[in-house]
Amino acid sequence: MLLKKLAFATALTLAAFTVQAQAQEPRHGGTIRFTAPYGASFVSNDSHVSNQIQDEIYGYALHSMLYKWDAKNGKPALDLAKSVTVSPDGKTYTYKLRDDALFHNGRKMTADDIIWSYTRIMDGSKNYPGARYIARIVGATDVQKGTAKEISGLKKIDDFTLEMTLTDKADPGYFLFQATTAIMPAKEAQAPDFFNKPIGLGPFKFVEHVPGSRMVFEKWEKYYQPGKPYADKLVISPMGEAAARDVAFRNKEIDVSILGSTQYVAYKADPNLSKGLLEVAEVFTRNMGMNPAFKPFSDKRVRQAINYAIDSDLIIKRLVRDKAYRAVSWLPLSSPAFDKNAKPYAYDPEKAKKLLAEAGYPDGFEFEWTATPNESWGIPIVEATIPMLAKVGIKVKVKPVETSALGGVIVKGDFQAYIWSNTSGPDSLTALKCFHSSTPRSSCNYTTFKNAAYDKLIDDASAETDAAKQLELLKKANALLQDEAPVWFFNYNKAVMAYQPWLHGLQPNATELALQRYEDLWVDATSPAAK
Amino acid sequence: MLPYVSRRLLQAVPILLAVAALIFVLFSVIPGNFATSQMADGRSNIDAETIARMNEQFGLNDPLPLRFAKYVGGLATFDLGDSFRTRQPVTGLIGERLWPSLQLAFAAMLFAVVVGVPLGFLAALKPGSWVDMLSMVFAVSGLSLPMFWLGLLLMYAFALTLGWFPSFGYGDGDPRYIVLPAIALGVSPLALLARTARAAVLEVMHADFVRTARAKGAGSYRVMRWHVARNALVIVLTTLGLQFGSVLGQAVVVEKLFAWPGLGSLLVDSVTWRDIPVVQGCILTIVLFFLVVNIAVDVLCAVVDPRIKYS
Repeated sequence: MLLKKLAFATALTLAAFTVQAQAQEPRHGGTIRFTAPYGASFVSNDSHVSNQIQDEIYGYALHSMLYKWDAKNGKPALDLAKSVTVSPDGKTYTYKLRDDALFHNGRKMTADDIIWSYTRIMDGSKNYPGARYIARIVGATDVQKGTAKEISGLKKIDDFTLEMTLTDKADPGYFLFQATTAIMPAKEAQAPDFFNKPIGLGPFKFVEHVPGSRMVFEKWEKYYQPGKPYADKLVISPMGEAAARDVAFRNKEIDVSILGSTQYVAYKADPNLSKGLLEVAEVFTRNMGMNPAFKPFSDKRVRQAINYAIDSDLIIKRLVRDKAYRAVSWLPLSSPAFDKNAKPYAYDPEKAKKLLAEAGYPDGFEFEWTATPNESWGIPIVEATIPMLAKVGIKVKVKPVETSALGGVIVKGDFQAYIWSNTSGPDSLTALKCFHSSTPRSSCNYTTFKNAAYDKLIDDASAETDAAKQLELLKKANALLQDEAPVWFFNYNKAVMAYQPWLHGLQPNATELALQRYEDLWVDATSPAAK
Repeated sequence: MLPYVSRRLLQAVPILLAVAALIFVLFSVIPGNFATSQMADGRSNIDAETIARMNEQFGLNDPLPLRFAKYVGGLATFDLGDSFRTRQPVTGLIGERLWPSLQLAFAAMLFAVVVGVPLGFLAALKPGSWVDMLSMVFAVSGLSLPMFWLGLLLMYAFALTLGWFPSFGYGDGDPRYIVLPAIALGVSPLALLARTARAAVLEVMHADFVRTARAKGAGSYRVMRWHVARNALVIVLTTLGLQFGSVLGQAVVVEKLFAWPGLGSLLVDSVTWRDIPVVQGCILTIVLFFLVVNIAVDVLCAVVDPRIKYS
C-alpha cells in the first residue's frame, strides 16, 4: 500500500513537472549554470578516461553517443543513428547513421569515427572504463589483448551504415549511451593537443576548463536537433560540498543542486524551495550483501530472518529522512519488471526469531559487517540496525572501511556482510544477471548467489525474443530473488534535484538524475543569467 | 648570503626525501587502490582481469623498494610520474593548480598581516584596555573556529544575506571571488599573528634598551618606531613564516568549500581516488613551499635585524 502511494506520488510529481515544462514555449538564449556535485573537479577533458558520473555530467554537453537515454520513457533511444535493423538472432545490429551530425569543427561524422572511437576505448594499454561495454562487440577483446588491430564485429558498409555484431544477444542501447563511449573525431582526436580543446558532436562546444572551478561551453549552432540547444552558454561547476551548494543555490548563483537527506528536509519545509524539487527513483539498490561462505548466511532462513528483523521503514523515515523508497527486491521502482503488487519484507521480529530457531540459531549469532562512513548506506545505517538485530539475538560487529576500499574488499570476498549501494538498472536483465551463478563475484555477483531455478529463469529471459514474455520471466526471477534474500533489501535511492524556477526542461533521469540532456534545458527571462 | 641560502636549500633535500618516503609507504599500506576505488559508486563493476591489468599498467605489482627507487629516480629529474586518473603528467596538473593556490595563500596572509599585526600592536600598547580585551577575544575565536564552519558563516553573511561577494568559484579575474576564501583561510594566522605581536611588543617594551631610550629622552613614537617595533618584528616575522608556509596545506578545506581551483581540491580528489602520484606530488609541493618560505623568512629576519648572522 505504502509502495503504491509512493509510486503514485512519484508519478504525480513527474506528471506535474512535465505539464509545467510543457506549458511554456522554450526560450532561446541565456546561460545554464549547472553543478557537478560528486567531487571537487573533473578528471580531464577526455571523456573516455573517466567512468565517474562527475565527468559524464560534462560529457553529455560535449559529446554524443550512438544511443541516448530517453528519461521520460525510461529506455535507450537512437541518437547518432536514424534507424537500426536487428538480425533474427538478435546479435547483429545494422545502423543507418545520421548524415547531419557535425563535429564542432564542422566535419560530418561517419562510420569511421564510431569505429575509431570504439577501437580506442579497447586499447589494452590504457584500460579505458568504457571497455567493459565495447567488449560486448565481437572481436573487441582481441584488440584489448593486442592480438588484433581492428574490432572484427564492427563493419563499415558505407560512410553512413555501420554493422555491429555482439557476442551475445543484448540491446546495445543499454550500454552505448554512456559518455565513456562518446564518439570522437577519428582524425582530429589523434593530434597531441586535441584534448586541450576537445571537440565532439554534442549540443555544446568546449570553451574552457579551469580545473577545479568550472567548465564552460557555448551553443553548437549546427547541432543535429533543429532549434536546439536553447541556451547560448553552459557553465558547469564542480561543487562537492553540499553546504556550499546550498548557499550558492539559495543565492541564485547556480540553477540546480543535488540534495542530500538533510537539505531535502529543509527544502521540503520551505514554501518557495519546495516548489522546485525533482524527485526520481534512481536505479540504485541499497543493500546488505551476505557472504554464504560465512556459515549462518548460507541458510536462506537466516537471510530471510535478517530481512524480517530490521525495521527498514523506520530507518528510511528517521535516518534517511524519506529520501529513499523502501526496497522490495533487487529491481527498482523504475524497472519495467518491478512487480507493483509485490510487498517488501514486513518488520516481524517474532518471525525472524522463529526462522533463526529453525535454521539452528535459536540464540542468534555474531557477524562482522563491513561498512563505509556513507550517511545513506554506511555505518549510520548499520548502527541503527544493531538494536533491531540484537532483539532477535544477532550481534553485529562493525568493520569500518574507506569508501574507495570497499569495492576491493568485496571483490576479494573478504567479508561476512557488507552494506553498499549498487546499480540495479537500467537494464533489468543485466541487473538480474548479476545473481546468475555463472557471474563471478568480481563482476557483480558479490554474494556468489547460486540457485538453479533462478539461473533457468534468467537463461530463459535471455533467450526470449518476445518482450512481454521476457518481462514476465524477469518479474519471476526478481520475486525468487526476494524469497532467497541474498541481501537485506534496504531501499532504492530517491535522487532529489532542486532547481530554480527559471530553469525548464529537466528530465527525470532514473539512471542518474545529475545527468541531463542539456539541449532540452532552457532558461526563461527571469533567470539572472537570462541574457 | 648566497652560500647560506644554498646550504639551506641543500638541507631541504633530505627533508623532501623523508616526506616522499613517508607518503609512499603510507599510501602503499592503506587499503584500496586506484582500480578498486573506481567501484566506489556501486555503478561500475570492474572485473578481476581489469584490476590486474590496471595494477600492472601503473606498476603497482612491482615490489615496494623497486617502486620507491623508480619514484625517487623520477624525482631526481623533476618527473613526478603520470596521474592514474587523468593519464597526464603530475607536474602539469600541479602547475595549473599552483597559481590559484598561491593567489589564495598570498591574499589570506595579506589579510592576516594587515589586520593581525596592527591589532596585536594596539593591544600591547594598552594592555588590559577594552581594545586589548576585544582584540584578544577576536584572536582566540579566530584560532578556535573550524575553518569549514567559518567559511560557511562567511558565505551566509556576505554572499547570501548581504550579497556583497559571490559564494563560490574562481571568477574571471574579478577580485571579489577571492575575498571570502581568503578571509576564511586568513583568520587563523591572523589570530596567531595578533597574539604573537602583542606578546612580542609587551616583551620588548620592558627590555633594558627601551628603558634606556626613554631615559635618554626619546619620544614615544621614536621608541616605538625604532626600538620596539623593529625588535618585535623579528619574532612576528618568524611566526609569519611558519604560518605562511603552512597556509597552502590548510587551504585544502577552504578550496573545496569555495570551489577554488587550487592544489587543495586536487589533493582531496586524488586521495579519494587513490591517485598516488598526484597525492605525492601535491604533498611534496606543499612541503617544498613551506621550506622555501621559511628560508626566505630567515633571510628577511637577518635583513631586519643585522645582529642575525648568516651562519
